Amino acid sequence: MSLQIPHHGKANGNTGATKAVILVGGASRGTRFRPLSLDVPKPLFDVAGHPIIWHCLTAISKVPSIHEVYLIGYYEEHVFRDFIKDSSSEFPDLSIKYLREYQALGTAGGLYHFRDAILKGRPENIFVLNSDVCCSFPLNEMLQLTQERRAEAVILGTRVSEDAASNFGCIVSDSHTRRVLHYVEKPESYISNLINCGVYLFRADVLFPSIRTAIQRRADRPRLGSYRSSENLASSYMFDEEDSQKNEVIRLEQDILGEMADTNLFFVYETKDFWRQIKTAGSAIPANALYLQKAQQSGSSELSAPSANIKGPVFIHPTANVHPTAVLGPNVSIGPRVTIGPGVRIKESIVLEDAEVKHDACILYSIIGWGSRVGAWARVEGTPTPVTSHNTSIIKNGVKVQAITILGKECGVGDEVRVQNCICLPFKDLKRDVSNEVIM
Amino acid sequence: MKALILVGGFGTRLRPLTLTLPKPLVEFGNKRMILHQIEALAAAGVTDIILAVNYRPEIMEKYLAEYEKEFGINITISIESEPLGTAGPLKLAEETLRKDDTPFFVLNSDVTCEYPFKELAAFHKSHGDEGTIIVTKVEEPSKYGVVVHKPGHQSKIDRFVEKPVEFVGNRINAGIYIFNTSVLDRIELRPTSIENETFPDMVKDDQLHSFDLEGFWMDVGQPKDFLTGTCLYLSSLAKKQSKLLTPTTEPFVYGGNVLIDPSAKIGKNCRIGPNVTIGPDVVVGDGVRLQRCVLLSGSKVKDHAWVKSTIVGWNSVVGRWARLENVTVLGDDVTISDEVYVNGGSVLPHKTIKANVDVPAIIM
Repeated sequence: MSLQIPHHGKANGNTGATKAVILVGGASRGTRFRPLSLDVPKPLFDVAGHPIIWHCLTAISKVPSIHEVYLIGYYEEHVFRDFIKDSSSEFPDLSIKYLREYQALGTAGGLYHFRDAILKGRPENIFVLNSDVCCSFPLNEMLQLTQERRAEAVILGTRVSEDAASNFGCIVSDSHTRRVLHYVEKPESYISNLINCGVYLFRADVLFPSIRTAIQRRADRPRLGSYRSSENLASSYMFDEEDSQKNEVIRLEQDILGEMADTNLFFVYETKDFWRQIKTAGSAIPANALYLQKAQQSGSSELSAPSANIKGPVFIHPTANVHPTAVLGPNVSIGPRVTIGPGVRIKESIVLEDAEVKHDACILYSIIGWGSRVGAWARVEGTPTPVTSHNTSIIKNGVKVQAITILGKECGVGDEVRVQNCICLPFKDLKRDVSNEVIM
Repeated sequence: MKALILVGGFGTRLRPLTLTLPKPLVEFGNKRMILHQIEALAAAGVTDIILAVNYRPEIMEKYLAEYEKEFGINITISIESEPLGTAGPLKLAEETLRKDDTPFFVLNSDVTCEYPFKELAAFHKSHGDEGTIIVTKVEEPSKYGVVVHKPGHQSKIDRFVEKPVEFVGNRINAGIYIFNTSVLDRIELRPTSIENETFPDMVKDDQLHSFDLEGFWMDVGQPKDFLTGTCLYLSSLAKKQSKLLTPTTEPFVYGGNVLIDPSAKIGKNCRIGPNVTIGPDVVVGDGVRLQRCVLLSGSKVKDHAWVKSTIVGWNSVVGRWARLENVTVLGDDVTISDEVYVNGGSVLPHKTIKANVDVPAIIM
């Protein structure tokens, strides 16, 4: 190839090839998504009627220059087989492949490990999406910013409350140019309320050299980054040494982004749209609500038509059987082959496939697991959290409990029984009223 | 014959209901509490009833005038300017009570039972002494004042033991008495207690007997006991195969003991019972589940609501898919919004509840 394609600044607005990577993690991660992840890998959990990573793919499919998508993680091969098959026919312009890490390599380590596959065909830009976020994924806008600023990296950022900021990666940027000046992961003190959304766009010729540099740095000088004070310096060093002998975990957040702020043309695209992490199982409820609202705004034909008994947005799978007297919504997803009886009320909830809800039951702010049964006049109830909150737990009588009530797979709630702010592990039958408990 | 009903105060223990009506006018089993007693007294041949109260009962006068006419009896209100305890009111009403030589009944207005006044009068006459008190058998006598009889005597009382540690008997004072007029000589016009002063005095003179109560007994002075008392009353109606109860052949009746005023409307696919009282002009929606509860007149329970161990006050509205339980009491004209849960809430009149009440609380 003697004719080098220029990296950027094509006058007609066309861009070079772009690829996308979705980081899906593995079974040993995402334990906070239990009890739901005991039965389904978190990236495949249905919110707003589709697996979490389907929403990422949908956003990716709207970027014309992307034709190849990789899922990188350490789940077993078969886990994503059906999803990839279904998605390939739903998104015919995308080639979707699962790249399995032999062991957890960290978010950057995994990318580097598969660099040859990713760089095949010489893509100019690479999107990297964490699968555990829920947002509108403004990928075209990020791509546009890259071109405008000749950026080497763009990070998606959003504003959160100052109290919440230190739970995330914090970005300090030039308010005028949007260039990232400083990046720090989960700082102890307040740095900025502009936080990392877990969605990045990197120039291919910058990303891999940066990771290589980080690996080199690690080899020269084992990372001490995780200690918090001089007291635990020794123990953290020991841990790190062991860790680095075992594998080379290199993470984008801790090991790459901070360096990029110093050495590269690194910009932030600040989204004013919705953004939530999907960490705990309960966080599937706000994610479900936000994706349903997005579908409603875009006039999606998948949603049920609003009526006296359907307070939109509501997703009902075509194979579900919902009695006409049941009142559903807002923000309700009903899965395949679910049966909803007469006079049932469901609000701000997800009912997963094959579940049955008997007549006159009431389900609020809850997730009803696969094949679970909710009895007549039963009440399964969580507690609403503020719209702006990034926290899915609440304090009740001085004790921290999960706001959303979750029934795992094939649980039963007896007739007239009330379940409030409980997490119920799979295959349990609840015959008496329970509240504020985890039921093993 | 004559009777004196000890009404006392406004009945603060039965708030928030008694913020709207004095206790004797609150419906118990769809009948005002005082009417249960007046009916039973009239049936036993009582012609003069005195209500001993210590507040101005304007609202009661209208009802009492009605009852006088209905039963052909005299009802007078004796107002204490200061509370006179349980014995003082007898002295205050001495003139009426001594108008003839026949004995007179005394009853606490909080007590519900089958009121065996005729049998009590007959027994009292048979022993010829000054007083007879009705006693009822209880499971846990250690919580009450227990009656101890004279050795070898079936009815003559030897003493009272307050909250006995060791078992001395299981009969307690049920709050219903009959006395000869001579008992008035033992009472002074001052705040004084019939239980603590008059009875020991009578026992000393061997003048007090007990009479065993058949059937149920309950002091319904507070909401929890009001609900329990209602269950006992409905069970007693069922035992007597009373026509007042809704037949168990009705498809919505579940477990029996359901009393529904004919003017109430019941929706489709409800499950009602056991132990439910539904007052006049109540509207119950579709798919409603009611158990162990009282819906007072003019109240409304909307579709798919679930109500247990609750008193729904007059003209109150319970929203769709609301859930009330654990001795929740709604005062007059309270609204519970759709889908709201109330656990043991006491809600004062004219309030609207829009958020869950997770733990028992008073909502001002």
